[in-house]
Amino acid sequence: MTTDTEKSEEPGSMSTATPTRNPTRTPTPAPHQDVPGGHKDAGRVGGGLFDPRQLLKSLPDAVRKLDPRVMVKSPVMFVVLVGSVITTVLAVKDPGDWFGWAIAVWLWLTTIFANLAEAVAEGRGKAQADTLRKAKTDTVARRLNGTAEEQVPGTELRIGDLVVCEAGDVIPGDGDVVEGVASVDESAITGESAPVIRESGGDRSAVTGGTKVLSDRIVIKITTKPGETFIDRMINLVEGAARQKTPNEIALNILLASLTIVFLLAVVTLQPFAVYAGAEQSMIVLAALLVCLIPTTIGALLSAIGIAGMDRLVQRNVLAMSGRAVEAAGDVSTLLLDKTGTITLGNRQAAEFVPVRGTTEAELADAAQLSSLADETPEGRSVVVLAKEKYGLRERHQGELEGAEWVAFTAQTRMSGVDLVEGGTGRKVRKGAAGSVVAWVTENGGTVSEDTRTLTDTISQAGGTPLLVACEDARGARVLGVIHLKDVVKEGMRERFDELRRMGIKTVMITGDNPLTAKAIADEAGVDDFLAEATPEDKMALIKREQAGGKLVAMTGDGTNDAPALAQADVGVAMNTGTSAAKEAGNMVDLDSNPTKLIEIVEIGKQLLITRGALTTFSIANDVAKYFAIIPAMFAVVYPGLDKLNIMNLSSPESAILSAVVFNALIIVALVPLALKGVRYRPMSADRMLRRNLGIYGLGGLVAPFVGIKIIDLVISLVPGL
Amino acid sequence: MLQFLALTAALALAYRPLGDYMARVYSSDKHLRVEKWIYKGIGADPDTEMRWPAYLRGVLAFSAVSVLFLYLLQRLQGSLPGSLGFKSIDPDQAFNTAASFVANTNWQSYYGEQAMGHVVQTGGLAVQNFLSAAVGIAVAIALVRGFARSRTGELGNFWSDLVRGTVRILVPISVLGAIVLVACGAIQNFSGIHAVGQFLGGSQEWNGGAVASQEVIKLLGTNGGGIFNANSAHPFENPDGFSNLFEVFLILVIPFAITRTFGRMVGSLRQGYAILATMVTIWAGFTALMMWTEFHHGAPAFDIAGGAMEGKETRFGIGGSAIFSVATTLTSTGAVNSFHSSNTGFGGGLNLLGMQLGEIAPGGVGSGLYGMLVMAIIAVFIAGLMVGRTPEYLGKKIGTREIKLAACYILITPALVLGFTAVSMALPTPKDSMLNSGAHGFSEILYAYTSGANNNGSAFAGLSADTNWFNTTIGLAMLLGRFLPMVFVLALAGSLAAQKPVPATAGTLRTEKPLFTGLLVGAIMIITGLTYFPALALGPLAEGLAS
Repeated sequence: MTTDTEKSEEPGSMSTATPTRNPTRTPTPAPHQDVPGGHKDAGRVGGGLFDPRQLLKSLPDAVRKLDPRVMVKSPVMFVVLVGSVITTVLAVKDPGDWFGWAIAVWLWLTTIFANLAEAVAEGRGKAQADTLRKAKTDTVARRLNGTAEEQVPGTELRIGDLVVCEAGDVIPGDGDVVEGVASVDESAITGESAPVIRESGGDRSAVTGGTKVLSDRIVIKITTKPGETFIDRMINLVEGAARQKTPNEIALNILLASLTIVFLLAVVTLQPFAVYAGAEQSMIVLAALLVCLIPTTIGALLSAIGIAGMDRLVQRNVLAMSGRAVEAAGDVSTLLLDKTGTITLGNRQAAEFVPVRGTTEAELADAAQLSSLADETPEGRSVVVLAKEKYGLRERHQGELEGAEWVAFTAQTRMSGVDLVEGGTGRKVRKGAAGSVVAWVTENGGTVSEDTRTLTDTISQAGGTPLLVACEDARGARVLGVIHLKDVVKEGMRERFDELRRMGIKTVMITGDNPLTAKAIADEAGVDDFLAEATPEDKMALIKREQAGGKLVAMTGDGTNDAPALAQADVGVAMNTGTSAAKEAGNMVDLDSNPTKLIEIVEIGKQLLITRGALTTFSIANDVAKYFAIIPAMFAVVYPGLDKLNIMNLSSPESAILSAVVFNALIIVALVPLALKGVRYRPMSADRMLRRNLGIYGLGGLVAPFVGIKIIDLVISLVPGL
Repeated sequence: MLQFLALTAALALAYRPLGDYMARVYSSDKHLRVEKWIYKGIGADPDTEMRWPAYLRGVLAFSAVSVLFLYLLQRLQGSLPGSLGFKSIDPDQAFNTAASFVANTNWQSYYGEQAMGHVVQTGGLAVQNFLSAAVGIAVAIALVRGFARSRTGELGNFWSDLVRGTVRILVPISVLGAIVLVACGAIQNFSGIHAVGQFLGGSQEWNGGAVASQEVIKLLGTNGGGIFNANSAHPFENPDGFSNLFEVFLILVIPFAITRTFGRMVGSLRQGYAILATMVTIWAGFTALMMWTEFHHGAPAFDIAGGAMEGKETRFGIGGSAIFSVATTLTSTGAVNSFHSSNTGFGGGLNLLGMQLGEIAPGGVGSGLYGMLVMAIIAVFIAGLMVGRTPEYLGKKIGTREIKLAACYILITPALVLGFTAVSMALPTPKDSMLNSGAHGFSEILYAYTSGANNNGSAFAGLSADTNWFNTTIGLAMLLGRFLPMVFVLALAGSLAAQKPVPATAGTLRTEKPLFTGLLVGAIMIITGLTYFPALALGPLAEGLAS
């Protein structure tokens, strides 16, 4: 973690005019970043686990939710509840009527199944909340009062208080480190056991209440009120207590309510028609018909789908501060991705040795390796690795060469190398940034050939970073060749961006590099666009420009100067390693601080919406079959012709109606796993996705109940005595 | 079959020029001289942009004045000249008729030739035939503008849309159409009542009237109210097989062509084609089913006649009648050239279902388009989620407000139809108006309210609808069924126009593709079809399946 990221960006840069770039734009590689290769499988949004035992465990909660004050929030299920009560009253009045009892029981079951779906979805969050609560033990804070320390309970801390934490202390509240540096165990929140460094100033100053200081002493300025800390909000979020309906969910609820009213009308007005036809219907049958027609399937599963969507994010260690953000993620059409850490591995690596005229590649490789042995930066290591892999040069150790004087890499000299004595003559080898090496060669009386300049320029233009290798021996000081340092694009990124493009999402790479370098990497990674030499203001302007065109923008960020852009973006994912300002501004926090996750977040958002649409379509398509079951059952007595509509050939009117009701209830339970896991999602164009889902959930929704009702009818007709 | 193909070809031919012409009419900023006079006369400024409440106020105020005017005209008929000596109309019937013609319904609870004189027919009813149709188109255009415009709440100017629709579209086509009809043999005069000796003795009274001109606009404006009680079955209105086909053409031409206007105005002709394809699919499907059931030989009498000939004119035959009856019930026309009551059970059911779909395939002038667009919004909302984005249509997000308005829209007609029918069935007296008993009798009442609330105006025949109860309730159904949806459509238009557009990407639901057309047809059939299924089962289905 403490690797100086500044240094690793800089050593090879030829244009050294502005060596101090804003450090905040270089996201720290996360402590346990995903291996690029493993990402394909692990990253694809799939299901969470679903255990049937959860159903049983959540049963008490489901029964508790029968409270009408809770039920009324879902108009569809409230109607079912009213239907259950009415049928029960009627069944009690006429206790000998097995049919009435059967309908009443199954209507109650329908209601309970709906609550069960929600309870199961919430149950998964509860387990997580319990773990979090353990971290939130009541702490005693050491508050600074002037210079004196006083002991106060953590709950009495106010914003602006200064508290001291030393090794072994639990940090009493969210805040920023204002003094000192310490290693902190954040496993309570992130689940990651490796400690992280928190220090005053810069972007790693934020600490979270409930985490534990492992070493050193820090002074923290409290930034949140007790009860509103990050951990409190997390508990609320995963428990669903803070859950508010999202805009699309509200809209869907309105549509479902209006469909319920339509079907209510259809059923209520049916009675006078039936009376006229001479086939007055009992309230029980009408209630059964109504419950079958209103979209109970989606009504029952709607909130579970929403909770499960948030939960899928939590499972990936992402906390969405609002469901609105998850929904927006599905709509995102522009992704702003930081180059370093997201698109590239984060460190430049040696890719090639290019000798100048008069030197062989092997000579150059040998010199490059020698001169890099004293360079412990990732770039230096990569030179040694390349020499070994490509030129078969065994890695030598510093102790092997006697009389060698090692020149270690420093940010000041920006060179490394070695002075050797070989067979009595001295030989000095150096490797480093072009400017430094050129200066060194000149200093030692050599000249730099035109060839060198051409080579370095070619590499720069290709987006790479040239490092020069030079030596001074009997033949004088001279440049041997150039090491081509490249930003290595993570494996599989091009495919990932192709997929995104097919989904209609534009990717924009954000980098502090110069436009040439940026373009080369952008081309290699296959992103649609890039923003080079980006300042926070540029980022902000880009977001506003995209939004003005009606697009939704998602981005990640960690620094304080990212905060305005994070707030402006429709989906702003703050890295947990970032500042508290960034975390406040974003609407999601990634506990793993892995910027690649933005892509998964988008997929989860889409999956949530698809699941909602699929189950709505399924639910509405189901009605066709139910009509074919119930209408002939109700009226074939007076109009025998209507029996021709009984295409399922159900055994008796009672059995037909009961089968429809039973199917209606069981399909809810059957679809709970789907609601929780989400519809399987693969990136593809909207057309293909619609065709596929319409085939499965539209046509499937038409056909499935015909089969299901028939099977249930067969089972019912086997029950003796009916 | 041949007739159907000829009709389709004629409609296809008119589609492009008429659709493009209408788009130009509603997009141009020039005023004709006639129009300037009219604006001066009514004191309207045709260039002010209106937000939706202002537009709606225009629609409602204009329509309210029209109802009042038409009501008074009928009530005073007895004292007006040129009334062929007919008496003033009773209050309940006058209300019903006024509501009916202003609501573009043209439900007629009177016998045209025995109650209404030239002044009321031509000066009142025919004028409303033009104006109510122009109001419908205006509202549709306002909704189209809602899709086409962004970041503004402005929907155009109601007065300008109303006047242009009348002056530039309805009047010129009507003039041409009337000439064709007169050439076919429809009458056009202001003569009095002729007493004519009958073939088998006895005598009969024949009216003259400006029949051809009123006939054209009755169909072109999807109004449906004829001068004669027999409507388009009457030889003065619809002389022969060709005129019959021409009349069907008039009914369908604007509702179909306006989809091109829509495509033009939203900047994507293909979106217009998708809506057109949806309308054509339903229309062709209904026509095919109607042909099948009417030609079907279910009983000995049908064998002799070659199909269900009862209630049909031999001039038109079964094919001509089937095509007409589907066209008239799938639009809000309601003119009839045969008696829908005499259709087979299924045939009557198709007529009912056609209206119950909300008359959107292709629907009334204007109202068909806006009805279809509201259904498209609902379909997009349900299925659009399945592409993984929150729903959007034509670059506009379908959010809470939009879905609320669309949901209100689709609630109105079922509430009116089923509500009024249920009350009529529950009350003791309204049932006395039924001519038939059993399922067919029920169909008569269901048909009356379906026709009224959907602004169709055709009657199933058999129901004696000139009672206080029916005149009043159907009148209410017509007014509410016409103007409440307009409230929601205009509010929707305002809400859409205020949005900023969402650019289409590869992840956007493609609403111009055949897949979407299929989806839309499915959504319409399932959502509106299922609403009425129980009622239909007890009426036409029970009847149709009995044989």
